[in-house]
Amino acid sequence: MTEIFGVPTQALFGQLLIGLINGSFYAMLSLGLAVIFGLLNIINFTHGAQYMMGAFCAWFLLNKLGVGYWWSLALAPVAVGAFGMLVERTMLKQLYKLDHLYGLLLTFGLALILQGLFRQEFGTSGQPYAMPSQLSGGSNLGFMFLPNYRAWVIVASLVTCLATWFVIEKTKLGAYLRAATENPTLVQAFGINVPRMITLTYGFGVALAGLAGVMAAPIYQVNPLMGADLIIVVFAVVVIGGMGSIFGAIVTGFGLGVIEGLTKVFYPEASNTVIFIVMAIVLIIKPAGLFGTQK
Amino acid sequence: MRKKAIIGAIALALGAIGTAHAQVSGGVIKIGVLSDMSSLYADIGGPGSVQAAKMAVEDYGAAKKGLKVEIVSADHQNKPDVGSAIARKWYDAEGVDVIVDVPTSSVALAVTEITKEKGKLFLVSGAASSDLTGKACSPNTIHWTYDTWMLAHGTGSAIVKTGGDSWFFLTADYAFGHALERDTEAVVLKSGGKVLGKVRHPLNTQDFSSFLLQAQSSKAKVIGLANAGGDTINSIKQASEFGIVKGGQSLAGLLVFLSDVHGLGLEKAQGLIFTETFYWDQNDQTRAWSKRFAQAMGGKMPTMVQAGVYSAVIHYLKAVEALKSDDGGKVVAKMKGTPTDDPLFGKGTIRQDGRKIHPALLVEVKKPSESKGPYDYYKIRSTIPADQAFRPEKEGGCSLVK
Repeated sequence: MTEIFGVPTQALFGQLLIGLINGSFYAMLSLGLAVIFGLLNIINFTHGAQYMMGAFCAWFLLNKLGVGYWWSLALAPVAVGAFGMLVERTMLKQLYKLDHLYGLLLTFGLALILQGLFRQEFGTSGQPYAMPSQLSGGSNLGFMFLPNYRAWVIVASLVTCLATWFVIEKTKLGAYLRAATENPTLVQAFGINVPRMITLTYGFGVALAGLAGVMAAPIYQVNPLMGADLIIVVFAVVVIGGMGSIFGAIVTGFGLGVIEGLTKVFYPEASNTVIFIVMAIVLIIKPAGLFGTQK
Repeated sequence: MRKKAIIGAIALALGAIGTAHAQVSGGVIKIGVLSDMSSLYADIGGPGSVQAAKMAVEDYGAAKKGLKVEIVSADHQNKPDVGSAIARKWYDAEGVDVIVDVPTSSVALAVTEITKEKGKLFLVSGAASSDLTGKACSPNTIHWTYDTWMLAHGTGSAIVKTGGDSWFFLTADYAFGHALERDTEAVVLKSGGKVLGKVRHPLNTQDFSSFLLQAQSSKAKVIGLANAGGDTINSIKQASEFGIVKGGQSLAGLLVFLSDVHGLGLEKAQGLIFTETFYWDQNDQTRAWSKRFAQAMGGKMPTMVQAGVYSAVIHYLKAVEALKSDDGGKVVAKMKGTPTDDPLFGKGTIRQDGRKIHPALLVEVKKPSESKGPYDYYKIRSTIPADQAFRPEKEGGCSLVK
């Protein structure tokens, strides 16, 4: 068997694929963050908590109401998105005129409160969520055993990411949105309800986090802290990709998943720091991030 | 997110009556429960350990006996620096006489040093490293509930006996994981098995797929999980997703708690074999105590760590009452000199190296069909007698043992 740095190539293929799967979560979460920051200029630190809420929503639907995974995929993001819109209407709206820092503080505080409440109620060991029967099992690819569910995660995440990118960059609705960020007064003068658009955009970004949460539920424990550790990594991904760059968020999300996956093979001890090392290097060379533009 | 140490002072209004003894420092016996209150080990110790300590003070009847006892608690966030800072502040400024629990071996090793320096007392329940009574032993530390040597011998030898003779370790990359891996590896090699590989993962990892893939390709018969809490839950859950058990490899959870099994669900956890020192459904006394505990904790049954906190505090109060003093050095000598007896662990002793001795239970997780309901999870396969459950005193390398 051929080897690269002492690791058989077959094993390496497996690890690359695993990296892509983890990258799909990074991509979906950082995409939501990038949409919210790029269009609303809010640094949404509640994103991790909203991801967690998505997972809990799915858990609640399944265990209390008997609603299965597939319905949860649609219902949970709507519920979490609605919660997001409520937050935007009642709290974030007040902060648009102030510095970014205030939004960051508000969302960060909110995240702590939400996580605390869920922890109080559910403890930290988490709740199990059963894998949907259609996606359990897996197939042997020769170089690795690929669980069907993980394959589904990659496909679903790619589709979601590309669709979002397409809507924002290539459609008329996206053009309105982008225009509204550049010059809200002018866009409003054309008869477009900018505040409502902003609320819906925030809701959409948050719904993406909720969707990622539902997709994560069968793999990870449904745990009040599941978003807390992830959010830091996801922010690093967004910074590396360039704050607000949608394309950048998607590409770096997948890319860093792969880099992290490879680190887990060659030097596992560093696997939770490698992303921050990459971030430091990128910031030194390109302060605006890989795909960002200096304003 | 664990941001700041949440110092919740739970002042028990016990002992409002009765005057304090002159030798009790500050007129009050202050017990500090230092634990992981918010992260992956919080269900193992955490708020449940505080509850157990409170119950010990109440059940002991401290107030009636004229002892004024106060319990404080704090979150060490699994960080040795945070834990050390709290321990110093407690001892220096807040008059804490004894620190109990402290899951996370790296934090416990740091607190051991500080306790020794200050001449106070440290009752370990949550931390596992056998070094606490081995090369890092201290005259001021008593290791109560379990340790890595006990787990390695209880679980490791049971699995090697059933034919699991080639191992791959998935190890949490800090003091505890290293100790558990080392102690288990020794058992495996001694029983004629071999270790085909190991991988060290950072504490509190979400995704284990990459590590599991490495374990899978090692072709080892047994994958030993030298981790705990949320890390163990995620490893087991994802191992089933990657078809590891179906592929003929078996998982050995080297440290599994009741709360982990509850979090995993029996569907995923069934058949796991591991070692504990306490199970709520052992006898009438453990059942009665655990039901009271669960009532106060929103239905959660106690783990062995929480039970250990209760047992340790009871024995501590006995020593303080007998001595009429809470001086760390004197109390530890009294505790070691007195046999232990409490409703949860029964009769036991404390050795010179600080090791508390009691029997261990080799348990197997029930199938979903065998369980009558939540927390009815274990079948007790065998009881390892107290004199065999823990490492012989001479082999630990503790300087206190002559």
